Amino acid sequence: MHIMEGYLPTFWCLAWFAVSIPMILYGIYKMNKLVNEKREILPLLAVAGAFIFVLSSLKLPSVNGSCSHPTGTGIAAIIFGPAISAVLGTIVLIYQALFLAHGGLTTLGANVFSMGIIGPVVAYLIYKAGMKANLNFYLVVFLATAFGDWATYVTTSVQLALAYPAGNVLTFAGFMSMFGKFAGIFAFTQVPIAIMEGAVSALLFKYVVNVKSDILIEMKVLEDAVVRKLRGISA
Amino acid sequence: MSRKLELIVLAIVLIFAVQFIYMSSTTDAEYGGADGEAKDMINEITDGYEPIANPIWEPPSGEIESLLFGLQAAIGAGIIGYFFGYYKAKKNYENELGYKEKNKSEGDKHSL
Repeated sequence: MHIMEGYLPTFWCLAWFAVSIPMILYGIYKMNKLVNEKREILPLLAVAGAFIFVLSSLKLPSVNGSCSHPTGTGIAAIIFGPAISAVLGTIVLIYQALFLAHGGLTTLGANVFSMGIIGPVVAYLIYKAGMKANLNFYLVVFLATAFGDWATYVTTSVQLALAYPAGNVLTFAGFMSMFGKFAGIFAFTQVPIAIMEGAVSALLFKYVVNVKSDILIEMKVLEDAVVRKLRGISA
Repeated sequence: MSRKLELIVLAIVLIFAVQFIYMSSTTDAEYGGADGEAKDMINEITDGYEPIANPIWEPPSGEIESLLFGLQAAIGAGIIGYFFGYYKAKKNYENELGYKEKNKSEGDKHSL
């Protein structure tokens, strides 16, 4: 989903920075507050960040013969909410921009917006809705992380179509035509990869529930009764 | 512990692997990065796009790039493994050995 260094016109670089920066600042503020109040969540925060690190380094081959990588932001979004996920996503994107020339510093704002903000927001909303609907917890995690991944890539397609509409002038038809083409590259590649990400995230949550469910209750991710039920099944 | 979820995940990974083996042996897919394809698309519609900036540093070769990607995955996997191991051992001490302060009496009873 990286928009390569230099591949966005200056106007769009600045526009996406303007959108992303407030969210990152709010995320840093929330993260500081959380860490000061509850020191014991620090390891779980590290695990969520490390999960993004691992998944976004896996370039997987997909059905249409191109490679792409999952985002891994769903877990952070479910446990810590979208704002803190934006900070974790930004750290990973800076690493990749500096050391791998994947993405770039000028396009960082746009990449943070798609991977660090929209993906986690979608994952978070689906998670909350799914738990309210009383679906199976692991199924909800699967859906939230898979759709969060997919939303990231749809957002990248939107960003590119906005900057490069067909006919070079931003019209609705021009936007839609290029959105279709970029989504054909990104979103289609991403369908099986998002399914894998969802499955692996659900599995990771199983272990979190097993070894550290008290934190999930404290963070209000899960209710006490749900944890009991889950551990009853897996015990 | 029930392993149902593990089996489901394993099945999904296997389907993915089989699909990949099938695709790569029956078609001549190049398996290039999707990022690169988007770049080509931009070049196509703008008749040769001139990037407004270039990366400060690029990995000198594909080998170095995979080294850095491998490093990224290893750092992440190390952190995840460390903390899960830590949590698991801690839970084990608290539950089975009665190590936790407030459960001390309970733990003593248990060991007697």
